[in-house]
Amino acid sequence: MISIRNVSHSIDHTPILHDVSLDIPRGGITALIGPNGAGKSTLLSLVARLAALTTGEISVDTLKIGQCKDRDLAKVLAIMPQSTQVSSRLTIRDLVGFGRYPWHQGHPGPEDREKVEETLTRFGLEPLAHRFLDEISGGQKQRAFAAMAYAQSTPYLLLDEPLNNLDIAASRSLMRLLRDMAEEDGKTILIVLHDINYAAAFADRLVVMKEGRIVADGKPEKVVSAKLLYDVFGTDAPVCMMDERPVVLV
Amino acid sequence: MRRLTLLLGLALVAVLALLSLFIGAIPLDPRTLFSDPEAARLILISRLPRTLAAILSGGALAVTGQVMQILARNRFIEPVTAGAGQSAALGILLVTLFLPGAPIWAKMAIASLTTLVGSIGLLALIRPLPPTQPLLVPLVALVYGGIIGAVVTFVAYQGDMTQFIGTWLSGELSGVLRGRYEMLWIAGLAAAATWIIADRITLLGLGASTARSLGVNVARITALGVAAISVVTAMTVVTVGAIPFIGLVIPNLTARLLGDNLRRTLPVSALFGAALVLAADILGRVIRMPFEVPVSATVGVVGAALFLYLLYREPRHAA
Amino acid sequence: MLRKRFLILGTLLALSVVGYMTLGAVGSWSFLIPFRASKLAALALVSVCLAVSTVLFQTITANRILTPSVMGFDALYVFILTAIVHSFGAAGYAAIPAPLLFVMNLVLMTGMGLVLFSLLIKGGRGDILKMVLTGIVLGILIRALTGFLQRMIDPSEFQTIQSVSFARFTYVDKLNLAMAAIVALPALVMAWRMRHRLDVIALGPVAATGLGEAPRRGQRQALVLICLLTASATALAGPMSSGGAGPSSFFGLIVAALAHMITPSYKHSVLLPSAAMLACITLIGGQTVMERVLHLSTPLAVVIEVLGGITFLILLLKRRMA
Repeated sequence: MISIRNVSHSIDHTPILHDVSLDIPRGGITALIGPNGAGKSTLLSLVARLAALTTGEISVDTLKIGQCKDRDLAKVLAIMPQSTQVSSRLTIRDLVGFGRYPWHQGHPGPEDREKVEETLTRFGLEPLAHRFLDEISGGQKQRAFAAMAYAQSTPYLLLDEPLNNLDIAASRSLMRLLRDMAEEDGKTILIVLHDINYAAAFADRLVVMKEGRIVADGKPEKVVSAKLLYDVFGTDAPVCMMDERPVVLV
Repeated sequence: MRRLTLLLGLALVAVLALLSLFIGAIPLDPRTLFSDPEAARLILISRLPRTLAAILSGGALAVTGQVMQILARNRFIEPVTAGAGQSAALGILLVTLFLPGAPIWAKMAIASLTTLVGSIGLLALIRPLPPTQPLLVPLVALVYGGIIGAVVTFVAYQGDMTQFIGTWLSGELSGVLRGRYEMLWIAGLAAAATWIIADRITLLGLGASTARSLGVNVARITALGVAAISVVTAMTVVTVGAIPFIGLVIPNLTARLLGDNLRRTLPVSALFGAALVLAADILGRVIRMPFEVPVSATVGVVGAALFLYLLYREPRHAA
Repeated sequence: MLRKRFLILGTLLALSVVGYMTLGAVGSWSFLIPFRASKLAALALVSVCLAVSTVLFQTITANRILTPSVMGFDALYVFILTAIVHSFGAAGYAAIPAPLLFVMNLVLMTGMGLVLFSLLIKGGRGDILKMVLTGIVLGILIRALTGFLQRMIDPSEFQTIQSVSFARFTYVDKLNLAMAAIVALPALVMAWRMRHRLDVIALGPVAATGLGEAPRRGQRQALVLICLLTASATALAGPMSSGGAGPSSFFGLIVAALAHMITPSYKHSVLLPSAAMLACITLIGGQTVMERVLHLSTPLAVVIEVLGGITFLILLLKRRMA
């Protein structure tokens, strides 16, 4: 379980998060949604220890963020980076291989190589394995980064707006992949999304934030409503149900 | 505002110039000036030429820096560190090596010519750079200057003339005497001449196509601007040595105070440039008497620090 | 492919070393061999230190253009020496035992290096061009401050500093060589042991954190190594820069760029040795060619400066195309 207790955070003296508490038990996809500046990415980066925690406590299973070893945490919690953040000239196989780093610290054994090959197969990346990252499409790149996070073999996976710059086909295919990872491998996925429809279609649970506070939390069909859109996002948009999932008509 | 700044600059230069006349290794008393022939001689032969050299070089460098910033359409650039200064040193070095007997005017002409080539080379290099990355221009310019500087050092080693490079690559006013600085008047004249075409240079700053549609002969004005830059840089480098950053810091200051209309700002820039060099020279004379700290050392520190300040003060765009 | 290229590099290195030891020999071999061997050791140590520190620096700043010497790290060494002479006087300076002076310089340089580096990272804020420009101007500022401080010193005392402020390999002091080696060799070993962590840090802060490699810690450790390596190299040979207002000392830059070109790889287990070998070839081979084959009187540093400046420009302009 990821447990967030009384977390407050400021950036340059501007308060971003106010006394946030949240539990994410094992299993399923939890999506953080909310308008720009609600603090959802900040919350995720605190869990991911990309920003230093100042007030409150966050723990992942038995590991306390800020106190446990980075290396131990890396075996439990994976972060999928944006593909634009990586500048090294790597092949897909190299990139996926890096997912094993927390386990071998630079000296991969046979089981690490096996895991890399298995991951490449599972993500359908084998034919591209020798290609360099700057030679493939944006969607294929995101898939490769997801594969790297998968190869890390952690029970938890964090993603910050992974659909940015992806077209509809690539977005759906990536979300499908996450769904599979949650259902077949039992991974616990925490994801920041700005598109409510993607969140409602693929997540098991939505956590809605506004101005640094959690304002709604629950299954998509319970949370997404015209009233919520008005209260939180300040927009009038009708919501209808399709296949038992809410859809916002834009 | 402009009149006030102009008066302020004028007063500043006047006060500093007076100080510059009477401060130095040999103390002078203004009261004995007319009774003591020795004092008058000192003033005429050393102090006055030195003061004039500071005013002329400072003023001219500030003016050409401003012109160059418009031609390059970038605020973080100035001729002395951007290859023009080094090209001038290269020119005079080559003349001294291969035509040691040439008359002084010929040496100066050749130094101006190499400076011209160096400046044109820089403009050709930065012209295709995208305006979306304004910091690329000063980077390329600094490195370009560094490369030419290294070539100067190379030639100097081969010609066994390393002791001269120091005087050309780092400006110093202590060697200025009557009869050894007069070339700077040409620099002053060249800088003053830019005032005649100031309006057209300002229009050039709006972009070549705008300027053209307003009837400006872009090629000719650019050529005149580059020529003025080259003459000023060559004359200063050869007579007093390179003084870095004057042409960067002062134009930024005046542009902030008064905007980019050169007709209004050039005189103010000239005064501020003169004041900065005078102040640095006076400081260099008093800070460690009886030794002298060269003006380029003082200006280098102040200029580099101000460069960093400008870099971080300016919001992200710089053009 | 990599293996073949390393073989070629090895051959070139061996040729440079043999050429350096044997060409233009005058006098008895029993004198010449140890004399040249100590110079060779100094050249090799300086090359490896500068190559490794440049690769480390480029990895932790995520750029291929800026190097520690362009930023004025080697000028920092002269700055500190000047400051010491300034505050203690030439006599006081001469009274400080050489090892103590070296240690003082290492400590001060590492401290100032860390400050400069954090300024650079903070200033850059992800904008590489701004970071590079900041680095260059900081370098100019350090050199200008050094120049200023040197002029504040009595001209006779100034001589003391001048003798250490240009790269020179004409005479190698055994004590200096020993001190530099004592500091540099462990630092090199530590850099080598960081190689896998550096691969991960090169992936960027988010990926590195996710893989359990806190980038800030790695950056700090690498930076301390960079300061130690640059300081040892500078203490041994003087700064590679020839002063002036422009960015100087492109030695590390050329070597790192060549390493990326000749042995392209993201792995520091490839880049570090390749850069180190290329550095030795450039410096030892270059010295041999300049002194013993072409009989040029120009120091190698000046030639490197010209070629390095051009490399720098090409890298800068190529970056724009990409």
